Amino acid sequence: MTKTLFERSFPWLCTIGFFVLWQIVCVGLNVDTFILPSPTAVWHSFTQHTALIMSNALQTLMTTLAGFALGVAVGLLFGLLVGASPAVYDGLYPIMIGFNSIPKVAIVPVLVIWFGIGTVPAIITAFATATFPIVVNVATGLATIEPEWQDVLRVLGARKWQILTKIGIPRAMPYFFASLKVAITLAFIGSVVAETVAANSGIGYLMMVASGRFDVPLVFAALVVVGVMGVGMYQAFVIIERRMTFWAIRTQEVVT
Amino acid sequence: MNTGGEWSNPPAMAPTQQPIIDLQNVSMAYGGTDGVIALSETSLQIEKGEFVAIVGPSGCGKSSLLKLISGLHPPQSGSVRVSGEPVKGPLKICGMAFQNSMLLPWRTAIENVLLPMEIVAAHAGRFRRNRAEYREIARKLLTTVGLSGFEDKYSWQLSGGMQQRASLCRALVHAPELLLLDEPFGALDPFTREELWDVLQALWVERRPTVILVTHDLREAIFLADTVYVISHRPGRVISRTKIDLPRPRQLDDTYTSKFIDLSHSLRRQIGGSVAR
Repeated sequence: MTKTLFERSFPWLCTIGFFVLWQIVCVGLNVDTFILPSPTAVWHSFTQHTALIMSNALQTLMTTLAGFALGVAVGLLFGLLVGASPAVYDGLYPIMIGFNSIPKVAIVPVLVIWFGIGTVPAIITAFATATFPIVVNVATGLATIEPEWQDVLRVLGARKWQILTKIGIPRAMPYFFASLKVAITLAFIGSVVAETVAANSGIGYLMMVASGRFDVPLVFAALVVVGVMGVGMYQAFVIIERRMTFWAIRTQEVVT
Repeated sequence: MNTGGEWSNPPAMAPTQQPIIDLQNVSMAYGGTDGVIALSETSLQIEKGEFVAIVGPSGCGKSSLLKLISGLHPPQSGSVRVSGEPVKGPLKICGMAFQNSMLLPWRTAIENVLLPMEIVAAHAGRFRRNRAEYREIARKLLTTVGLSGFEDKYSWQLSGGMQQRASLCRALVHAPELLLLDEPFGALDPFTREELWDVLQALWVERRPTVILVTHDLREAIFLADTVYVISHRPGRVISRTKIDLPRPRQLDDTYTSKFIDLSHSLRRQIGGSVAR
């Protein structure tokens, strides 16, 4: 099932089309750069401030990955606990849902009081936003094991942990890797949000400084960079997902 | 590398008439005391090495009987004994196969077949150090069911019939004393199904496990079994026990003989009657 050239280039065409449309609107309606800078103005700003943007982007990327890594570790652990035991599931769910319902912007001031302005609040915010989907997905994967699979193992004398390792965990992996794609983009949101409130570096901080100076093209250049990083990381995890759980995706090209 | 010996020489036991499976007045319900009664006052005895088929209208508690015997579900009343011992929990000596092959999609065919070896106490300790030896056992078994060359395919790369072949191998690889089959060929087309009857008959003749086959298909029951039990409509109870004394190995042509057809008719009447009641 090989995709045609058109199918493969379609995402690029759509993206290019989006920027072209944006440019047409800005030029055609003569929109003030202060309101909505055109893509060319944004690009111009990017080329002028490349070093500044890239160093802050790198800071944000590192912050995001640190928070994300923490989120993966904790999310996987809690997901397995919650999914494997109905008691833990019942016990922890209200707390987890309650915690996830709190807007993460609201906890940043608290984190600033605890850790001061800087990288730590951003890492923790990224962690807090990334963890929940991982927990929910891993728990769902574990909790929805077909009973017949358990029966097959139980009549062989399998213990609970054997059912968990032979069936539960492999079965939860597609859910886990699917959640990573969502979690990494959420981690970006978390770290950028925290940076706009309480940091002295990072893309979010740069945006606040730029908007304070009414340098709207620079704000947009920073926004686009965040978007591009998000797409890049998402794509990376799509590839990882295909590698790790190809059996759950079952595209024909896997067959050899 | 000794694959044959273990199967053909079951551990020498004192010659006894004690049945391997003994159900006395067993009732079973799902969902507590006021739940749905699946089986009522069922008694049956199955000899070691016997091939038993259980037929009945759908929803009559045929599958419940397997859950009961395997210890996956406790009886509400009555006693379930396997090898003389009361059943208190999952048995540990069973092989099971279902209508869905229930192969693990992240494992290849041969890895699926080897799954019981990683669990069953007698093999689990040796498995890791003797992986090559065990793979050879699994490979030979797959060859006998016609899956040679498909060992390293994932289950979803196999056709439905192939999946059921692999599923049978998984149920048999650890030489279980008891093989529990819950409509294993129910989802297959008639030709594939009949092909697999032959496969199952050959495996049974070679290894002689005690088999309990739950099925909707009377021809399948008569073709394969020594004894056919008919279970009535819910709440299920045994309404007849029919010995099938057709010579083995049975051929597909036998299913068109008048004796076979008479057996099939008489069983069909019993099932029909119990529904109309």
